[in-house]
Amino acid sequence: MPPAAPLGPSPLLSVRDLSVHFTLGAGGLFSRRKPVLLRAVDGVSFDLRPGETLGLVGESGCGKSTLGRAVLRLLPSAAGRVVWLGQDLAALSTAAMRQRRKEMQIIFQDPLASLNPRMTAGETIGEPLKTFRPDLKPAEAKRRIQEIMAKVGLLPQQINRYPHEFSGGQCQRIGIARAMINDPKLIVCDEPVSALDASIQAQIINLLMDLQRETGLSLIFISHNLSVVRQISHRIMVLYLGKVVELADRDQLYRNPRHPYTQALISAVPIPDPDLERAKQRLVLSGDLPSPLDPPSGCRFRTRCPKATEICARLSPSLLEIERGHEVACHHWDE
Amino acid sequence: MTDTAIPPGTAPTEEFAGRSLWADAWRRLMRNRAAMASIVILAAIALASIFAPWLSPHPYDEIYWDQIDAPPNFALGHYFGTDSNGRDLFVRTLYGGRMSLMVGLVATLVSLVIGVAYGATAGFIGGRVDAVMMRFVDVLYSLPFIFFVILLTVMFGRHLVLIFVAIGAISWLDMARIVRGQTISLKRKEFVEAAVAGGVSSFNILRRHIIPNTLGPVVVYVTLTVPQVILTESFISFLGLGVQEPNTSWGVLISEGARSMETTPWALIFPATFLAVTLFCFNFIGDGLRDALDPRDR
Repeated sequence: MPPAAPLGPSPLLSVRDLSVHFTLGAGGLFSRRKPVLLRAVDGVSFDLRPGETLGLVGESGCGKSTLGRAVLRLLPSAAGRVVWLGQDLAALSTAAMRQRRKEMQIIFQDPLASLNPRMTAGETIGEPLKTFRPDLKPAEAKRRIQEIMAKVGLLPQQINRYPHEFSGGQCQRIGIARAMINDPKLIVCDEPVSALDASIQAQIINLLMDLQRETGLSLIFISHNLSVVRQISHRIMVLYLGKVVELADRDQLYRNPRHPYTQALISAVPIPDPDLERAKQRLVLSGDLPSPLDPPSGCRFRTRCPKATEICARLSPSLLEIERGHEVACHHWDE
Repeated sequence: MTDTAIPPGTAPTEEFAGRSLWADAWRRLMRNRAAMASIVILAAIALASIFAPWLSPHPYDEIYWDQIDAPPNFALGHYFGTDSNGRDLFVRTLYGGRMSLMVGLVATLVSLVIGVAYGATAGFIGGRVDAVMMRFVDVLYSLPFIFFVILLTVMFGRHLVLIFVAIGAISWLDMARIVRGQTISLKRKEFVEAAVAGGVSSFNILRRHIIPNTLGPVVVYVTLTVPQVILTESFISFLGLGVQEPNTSWGVLISEGARSMETTPWALIFPATFLAVTLFCFNFIGDGLRDALDPRDR
């Protein structure tokens, strides 16, 4: 169970109508090809409270990682606002934004690729510390690095080891230690466990939840693994082709999914009981994810939706709050 | 591999020493016999060139009127014989080595500094800046090098510095291309993104994350640039545009020796052997370094 979410009224982070576009096919100096616009994230809004975990789920290519990076301004946004503690991040200068980075961090999917192979564990973990606290004496910095290493389950004696001398799970712990060293308020976890085996996945998830309980940090947890998201999240947001299709509290979403896409995703989660698994009704989607370069008209999900009617092709459904804290973007949510 | 969090107090207390990728590469290089032998031979040639005045009783520019075009003669200390001006060839070969190695090292150093800085900047900034910077490299690349050298000598006269400038001006181009390519692939790596997210400035990202990771191919390329530069200098000197008398280089000596190789073969054989052995050594070291730094590519 994730730690109980506090009910603080003021959000840590408010995202409003955030869009991220990529221009594809822009050639060199003299290219005359017409660039194509890819709307990777299209008008996404949500709030994140302090100490809360927001799960982000969806198929690959639906814009989960792009959204996570745009929130941290690692990617430029095309439109919309990211408000951090009342301050619009897009309005900040590069230098001011760099100062803000102390409070928001990211951990990555591939634990080994996220570490510089030429730097020791201590150098990697200590880099954000060195950036924001250049006044610290080396001995004090080393003490803090070893403290955080112990906290994430690494041996403080391993401070001089290089990434290739660690296992995948240990590398992920180094990544977490690097994200945690400046006591951030938010960590974006971009599929942090999908590259690890199941037993280590559970350890990393538990570590993240422990850290959240201790420090009250917020997490944006990106994953395509619904069981993992269910375990760690307070609220879950489902994305399809760059748009939010459903956003609800975790239990609400699993008990009462209203969007056909969410229903299909949840019905695809295997149940660890063979009898139940055999008896369960699966809602199988037909077709593949349409190309995000050329999304369907109206509702983007209509090409694969069992409930699609004529209105879906004409009108893009907007997010509708059908219950307190439960939003769905579907014309047929109550059928 | 187990990955359990170890409870405090049960673990050994002294720090483990990590083994860096450089240390690993060095161990692999030590096991490569051809590369290690090359390092030893090259060191011997370099030391002999540096300490040339103490290795021979003869100064490099003294003319022995009675010893013109004399074959090797150990009794008189002319180990490699003398040239057509009656100067001792042994000491001149070593002095030529000084010049050739110095040109090789200095020009390579220049190309290393300019090439790495230029290539890393272009690759890291990317976009239009990258396109303009690399087109500039293409323009320089397309200049005919020998015309360039002749033009410089005509304009400024023959001068040692000119050789450095001319060779340095072309040899950084390849380096810049290599480093740019490496940088582009590195800057998409997650550890660079993590550094950006950690608030590290662009300059420090280049310095701490990008450049150290490009150094593997760069080191290999350096060992291949040195012989190339030495060869280029020899070629310029062979054309008579390079080093001036009484200074000499292997290229000058070979050029002189080649003119009289039927009558006084020793004037060609000894400097040519030194040059060839040096080039071989650099190439073997480059090969060994490539294997040592990237064992997967073997």
